[in-house]
Amino acid sequence: MAGIPHDPYEPKTGAEKWVTRRLGIIGLLYDTMVIPTPKNLNWMWIWGIVLAFCLGLQIVTGVILAMHYTPQVDMAFASIEHIMRNVNGGHFLRYLHMNGASLFFFAVYLHIFRGLYYGSYKEPREITWIIGILIYLCMMGTAFMGYVLPWGQMSFWGATVITGLFGAIPFIGEPIQTWLLGGPAVENATLNRFFSLHYLLPFVIAGLTIVHIWAFHTTGNNNPTGVEVRRGSKEEAKKDTLPFWPYFVIKDFYALALILIFFFAIVGWMPNYLGHPDNYIEANPLVTPAHIVPEWYFLPFYAILRAFTSDVWVVMFTNWITFGLVDAKFFGVIAMFGAIIVWALVPWLDTSRVRSGRYRPMFKWWFAIYCVDFVVLMWVGAMPAEGIYPYISLAGSAYWFAFFLVILPLLGVIEKPEEAPETIEADFDAHYGTPEGSAAATPAE
Amino acid sequence: MIKQFALTAAAALVLSGGVASAAGDTELRPAESHGTHDVAFSFEGPFGTYDQMQLQRGLQVYTEVCSSCHGMQYVPIRTLSSESGPGLPEDQVRAYAEQFLVTDELSNPQLFDRESEEYRALTPNDHFPANHSQGAPDLSLMAKARAGFHGPYGTGISQFFNGIGGPEYIVSLLTGYTGEEKEEAGTIFYENTAFPGGWISMAPPLYGEDVEFADGHPNSLHHEAVDVAAFLMWAAEPQMMARKKTGFIAVIFLTVLTVLLYATNKRLWKPVKKAAKEA
Repeated sequence: MAGIPHDPYEPKTGAEKWVTRRLGIIGLLYDTMVIPTPKNLNWMWIWGIVLAFCLGLQIVTGVILAMHYTPQVDMAFASIEHIMRNVNGGHFLRYLHMNGASLFFFAVYLHIFRGLYYGSYKEPREITWIIGILIYLCMMGTAFMGYVLPWGQMSFWGATVITGLFGAIPFIGEPIQTWLLGGPAVENATLNRFFSLHYLLPFVIAGLTIVHIWAFHTTGNNNPTGVEVRRGSKEEAKKDTLPFWPYFVIKDFYALALILIFFFAIVGWMPNYLGHPDNYIEANPLVTPAHIVPEWYFLPFYAILRAFTSDVWVVMFTNWITFGLVDAKFFGVIAMFGAIIVWALVPWLDTSRVRSGRYRPMFKWWFAIYCVDFVVLMWVGAMPAEGIYPYISLAGSAYWFAFFLVILPLLGVIEKPEEAPETIEADFDAHYGTPEGSAAATPAE
Repeated sequence: MIKQFALTAAAALVLSGGVASAAGDTELRPAESHGTHDVAFSFEGPFGTYDQMQLQRGLQVYTEVCSSCHGMQYVPIRTLSSESGPGLPEDQVRAYAEQFLVTDELSNPQLFDRESEEYRALTPNDHFPANHSQGAPDLSLMAKARAGFHGPYGTGISQFFNGIGGPEYIVSLLTGYTGEEKEEAGTIFYENTAFPGGWISMAPPLYGEDVEFADGHPNSLHHEAVDVAAFLMWAAEPQMMARKKTGFIAVIFLTVLTVLLYATNKRLWKPVKKAAKEA
């Protein structure tokens, strides 16, 4: 496993031997749990556990909610109120599920940005990264369809807007949209299939998660230095790593418990803070809300979608060069999906051979701007498309693509990286060792 | 709603229960944007609770005034006896249901008795009736379906401290009539400082002294508006007190767990870090 030398599993008791002769499951679990893990992982490496917890939480609460929910347009909204008022503990389960989605996305963004900063996508971890992006896409689909189920005004109109995106594709767009909706507009057939898929996709995510873990257990974890674990001998590897259990399990659980304090405070005391009041109004196809906004976690991409209006020269030029095939709406859709595609392609867009951003003096700044850009886009995504906001969205979207398509490829050529430590052990010792050593190192734990 | 959010868990323990006891405090503070005024409700903050007497007064306002045009179809009448709600005795709830005047029978086919071919009276097991007679919105979730305090710059951060602002919006709307009227396409609109757009088709429902409160509470326009807004908040979120309690238990439990895990983690890593120091 991970090519890192370590003691393999040996069945000791009679029962273990009996099972292992028939199915190697104990060895598999054992190897997974004690995988040698770089001992200098910092606190940004805890989001994986938070994400695993979120998936479990959403599946458990979701399965119970599904027992009481009715996916039918005349009854869906009322069945949610039934859960909120009559089902034992139903209100809490529902708020856990609602806010669980927010925690899920909060954690996944920090997880993704950690990967971007420390170069976790770089050779040989490209497959881990791409599976991760696929998980993120499935999360988006699941969250979007889940938001439709309460059948409130934002559910209905959000579904109308988002499925309308597919309608923007030339020629095949409208048939695709009709196929997705199960009819010409958002209706009972749509609600039914979204419920079905909302139940299915989390299990696809679970499957992909196993592959994700399998992939980075094949390569070994990245770490804040980006320096690989020494694999020459078992002794050498032991100097760089510690077994996942108990060192990182306990550390991760500590971080998880701390995060859950805040999560339960929100669920218990302000569960509707992150939601939209309009979703407490039953869906009405005849009344359009004043502002249709998605949930907070989709706002950066929503901002990118709306940024490219027909008066932007790139859009005009594309429209002219494609003989009008690509209009502003379709351009926006391409940009939105493109923003995620550049994430997926980043292993090949980043030309720097230094893995960790810690040793890349120029990259650090461009990355910091990119983080700010993400937050700014999230903010303008919630604002009406008028006044100065469209310009901010456009500037923010432009930076997004510039960062991945121009800055990252160029930086690898022009940047002079700093010296990374020889080994993980050296980094760890420098941090926890003598004062002279720790002054040069950045926090690691 | 979360004015006391900044309190640490430890301080919170000490203050438990007694924090937001400014129940019925009716001073108006102008808040930003859309003319939504902040009102100090008893149910705000992590330890805020519903004021049972206030909910009963609000129920009276709803019954005598609002219900002639507005339905409340998701609220079961039996929940009026809830301890964390208005807390009416069960016989009173039964009597209340029986004498409830259903103004829009056609919207409540569940009340049609096929044997007698008449609409039957409500029972505690029924929900409040729907009412579409005047095209007025249902009030079951109104306190959660409206918001105030959107700023600053649309970030909604002030909601973190002031609450989402649903009940405050209701109070502001009910007290926000300027007295101006205009007619457009045969409909009369009334100027209202809280309503988006400034003109609302609902005639001023409350003028003050519209109801005679059983508990002798003042019945000025503002008092009535605050009481009915509190009642509508309960109607929208009847499980609020149970929710806050569960949240509180979870936060305490997780705080203890976090401390234990912190200590475990510290101890587990100690030899590893010590070895690094000696290296």
